[in-house]
Amino acid sequence: MMATKCFHCGDNCDAAKVDFDDKSFCCQGCKTVYEIFSSNDLGHYYDIEAAAGTTPIEILGKYDYLDNVAIVERLLEFNEDDHQVVNFQIPSMHCSSCIWVLENLNKLHPAVQNAQVDFPKKTVRISFSATEFNLKELVILLAKIGYEPSISLNDYSKKSTVVDRSLLYKLGVAGFAFGNVMLLSFPEYFEVQEYWLDQYKFVFRWLMFTFSLPVVFYAGRDYFISAYKGLNSKILNIDVPIALGILTLFVRSTYDIVFNLGSGFFDSLTGLVFFLLVGRFFQQKTYSYLSFERDYKSYFPIGVTKLEADTKETSIPIYEVKPGDRLLIRNQEILPVDSILISGSAQMDYSFVTGEAALVQKFSGDKLFAGGKQQGGLLEVEVLKTVPQSYLTQLWSNAAFNNSKASTFQTITDGVSKRFTIAVLTIAIIATAFWLVVDPSKSLNVFTAVLIIACPCAIALAAPFTLGNMLRIFGKHKFYVKDTNTIERMAQIDTAIFDKTGTLTSTFENTIYYEGMELTDEEASLLKNTLRASSHPLSRSLYQILESHQISTLDSFEEQTGMGIEGVIDKRSIKVGSANFVGEQNPHRAEETSVYISANENVKGRFVFKNKYRQGIGQLFNRLAKRVSLIILSGDNSGEQRALEQLFSFKMPMCFNQRPEDKLAFVKALQEKNKKVMMIGDGLNDAGALAQSDVGIAVSENINVFSPACDAIMDAAKLQNLDGFLKLSAHSITIIKVSFLLSLCYNFIGLYFAVTGQLQPVIAAILMPLSSISVVVFTTVATNFLEKRLKK
Amino acid sequence: MSVIYVLLAISITVAIIFFAAFVLSVKKGQYDDAYTPSVRMLFEDELVKESSSDNNQNKSQTD
Repeated sequence: MMATKCFHCGDNCDAAKVDFDDKSFCCQGCKTVYEIFSSNDLGHYYDIEAAAGTTPIEILGKYDYLDNVAIVERLLEFNEDDHQVVNFQIPSMHCSSCIWVLENLNKLHPAVQNAQVDFPKKTVRISFSATEFNLKELVILLAKIGYEPSISLNDYSKKSTVVDRSLLYKLGVAGFAFGNVMLLSFPEYFEVQEYWLDQYKFVFRWLMFTFSLPVVFYAGRDYFISAYKGLNSKILNIDVPIALGILTLFVRSTYDIVFNLGSGFFDSLTGLVFFLLVGRFFQQKTYSYLSFERDYKSYFPIGVTKLEADTKETSIPIYEVKPGDRLLIRNQEILPVDSILISGSAQMDYSFVTGEAALVQKFSGDKLFAGGKQQGGLLEVEVLKTVPQSYLTQLWSNAAFNNSKASTFQTITDGVSKRFTIAVLTIAIIATAFWLVVDPSKSLNVFTAVLIIACPCAIALAAPFTLGNMLRIFGKHKFYVKDTNTIERMAQIDTAIFDKTGTLTSTFENTIYYEGMELTDEEASLLKNTLRASSHPLSRSLYQILESHQISTLDSFEEQTGMGIEGVIDKRSIKVGSANFVGEQNPHRAEETSVYISANENVKGRFVFKNKYRQGIGQLFNRLAKRVSLIILSGDNSGEQRALEQLFSFKMPMCFNQRPEDKLAFVKALQEKNKKVMMIGDGLNDAGALAQSDVGIAVSENINVFSPACDAIMDAAKLQNLDGFLKLSAHSITIIKVSFLLSLCYNFIGLYFAVTGQLQPVIAAILMPLSSISVVVFTTVATNFLEKRLKK
Repeated sequence: MSVIYVLLAISITVAIIFFAAFVLSVKKGQYDDAYTPSVRMLFEDELVKESSSDNNQNKSQTD
């Protein structure tokens, strides 16, 4: 049977199918969005891209905090009189239809004056008139059409981000000068001994000198700064020979034209800086819509509902929450502070914070830790601690969060550059000494020529182009790496640590199986009808998997908070709930999440809920084990140990009940034994370990939603390719090494001319771009060739 | 005064004009988002067409 696809979002329509306007929709939400669009002349949305929509989420009461003026003030980018501008991040934006509808927002509400989408960043900038509209209404309008903006605590302390465009300016300056100098130096390449040329060559030379000034002192400035910093900390990084090369080129060329010795090397000088900057530009590929720096602030809400003494509800910013305040937490809301439960049935989902897979049941008077997500009804809680002092948030005071991994890591280029610089200086000194004896007039010429020709432009380009290209290839396969430095670190990994909940298991899928006496048809029907009346998350997921039965009205239904539910039809009763509730005498191990069933007070059996392991995990581990040592570090209890052991064919160390700081300490201990550790995790409880490890990879089902600070974000579906990515990183290093050899060959040819004192500007002008271009071509071809292996 | 000076002056002036245009466009943020304008450009025609035809429809409905 062909499943009907939803006209709005393209999902399969199941039981809840809604027909409207001769079209099928998978749910009421999608139908509503279609209605809004078609009644506002926005039906064109579906012509640009079919089934482009996203299903809107329920928003009841969710945005009440936008009534608070202080919060709104923080979110607005511009606010004067009637005119307000806001910049929202919209994670669900994904196609050209989205751009179109968001930029036509004024058709949905006339108060919207202008809306401009930045698709790579997934943001929309909306200006609207404040007298007819307000921020809350705007957010609700967006959420209604399926484009819910993400607003978190992070937006509260919004810093005005200054866009750094200096690299583009520098690239422009260098390219501009390079082109002009090339044109001006052409006449002298051919050494035409003409009266005409002789007469005007000074004009040409001084013009070239003028063009090279901004290149040396503006575009090439970073190389001098970096070289100076390197020398200060006694490191011969790659920028040292580059800076030396630039400086020598400039001084020697100026000297040449002042004393009319030749045309100078201004063409090579500007070309060198231009190529180097192109390499830098290429390396600087970023995923602007992903953030690799997030902490708990991006996960926490910006405002909460506070209950005043007279039970009046007000919204306040999270930072204004004080111990002793009473807060109201709704279904699906995140508890931002440590607190005590006053009333309501708490079903906290801590999987993201602690790694516990099962919902945690709490009762009035229990302590609730910050970070849990309520699944169920309303809660009233009393605050114990402020946000920065809560148990979870204190993890971020660890020193691991302040270390920059890139700055302490010696890249392969820096490793080579040390030996290279020493070798070049030695050759230069020996050659100069030789010429001092043979022909002292040539010695200075030879010394500078060696430094010029040995300028490691090609070496400096090898790593940016190889790794930059690899970064793009990884990105195409939904593995988003923060920077090229991370790929180099990945190549050295010898230990991989995996988190369990959310990383190895899927967040959305459960496997549910039944143990015990078979249920009769009557009982099954009764069970289904009873479950239908309950809103408990476990009931909901159980309801989803049971076969459908005739819908019949229950004679009575009773839900005992935290215990279970009971339904009665025709004096036949069924109880669903905890072992205690149904009267089971020998409950199974407490580590498993299970729901017991009894019919007419006879215990029948239980449904066991298990996290489903992602596909191909077993095979991945078997492949990875050949390469690195593997460890599982879980915040959950050891209930899953046996199931895990069955997944793979070798013995693997596993640690359970690990708190966030334990994970961090574990990684640190391994690093002290000189292990290169990769951490693969998903939640806030892994944040410490991700920050401490050499390479921290966050696995995410939906890369647009929150993931903790890390070096790389991986689409959960691609986890089974992890070994392929590791292999490719190692191969990239090989490619870089080969490119080094290639560029050294060019250096030897150049050095021959330099040492023998025959270096003409035209030779330098040919050799330098040639070596750079061949390295770029080689690395690009080689990395693209490797990509094909990944697909297999 | 040779013509070469005139030619050089012209060539450099033209080059500087283009360079200035580049700097200006970077400064205005035209290079910040290199993707969305390429999509937006394709919308505008369709939009105009659609809104005009819609207006006609609306008119005929009100008539």
